[in-house]
Amino acid sequence: MIYFNAFIFAGIVCLIGQLILDNTKLTPGHITSLFVVIGSFLDAFNIYDKFILWAGGGALVPITSFGHLLIHGVMDTVNQFGAVGIFTGMFDLTSAGIVSAIVFSFVFGLLFKARD
Amino acid sequence: MDKNKYKELVAKYTPKENRLYNAIIAFLVGGLVGVFGQILIDLYSYFLNIPTKEASVFMIITLVFLGCFLTCLGFFDKFVSFAKCGLIIPITGFAHSMMSATLEYKKEGIVTGMGANMFKLAGTVIMCGVVSAYFFGLLRIIIMG
Repeated sequence: MIYFNAFIFAGIVCLIGQLILDNTKLTPGHITSLFVVIGSFLDAFNIYDKFILWAGGGALVPITSFGHLLIHGVMDTVNQFGAVGIFTGMFDLTSAGIVSAIVFSFVFGLLFKARD
Repeated sequence: MDKNKYKELVAKYTPKENRLYNAIIAFLVGGLVGVFGQILIDLYSYFLNIPTKEASVFMIITLVFLGCFLTCLGFFDKFVSFAKCGLIIPITGFAHSMMSATLEYKKEGIVTGMGANMFKLAGTVIMCGVVSAYFFGLLRIIIMG
């Protein structure tokens, strides 16, 4: 059942993005930025956690979960160490995605050539 | 030729994008990527005996790896031009934008080319995310104490 939910949720998020892309002049960069902001906004009020419970990986795959993980790291550290956690805990959970993207881009960038 | 006629002509010869087709493809591909993520989470937590939360980290790393690797092999650009937002919105789009920027500026050297341009496309995601997380986090601390 969770596979069906994951399909529906990730599909709808991508569908909304595609509709914005086709019907406005916004570029993909605008849309991904917008989705990150929406994700962190939803998670600031604990709404996104419910999506993850409902859709599992379907809610973790779209870029909205990046915003969710950012604010989740902030709130976890704030609960432990106080308000300075906003600065120290921001990348606690997202570091997996960012570090892997940087490392793979660097290594593959050395190994491969650009194709057109 | 007056302006209105010119506009009509331009509209006539602009290639029309089928929005319904694009939307359906984005929905299907995006949904399949979501299902693939969930399958990866289940596989990792079953075979490595780790909790779901850590398995989801492994899943994100796997998707980023696939995005980078397929971009290098040249497949991913075709996939993206076919599925558009179906692959841009998932985390693979983030990896794809970084990888293609790195490859594109590779010939300018490691520091001034790859290093300086790696975040050219993906930097906006990180900036918007961090700024919004900062202010929403602050808001939540003020409201909920």
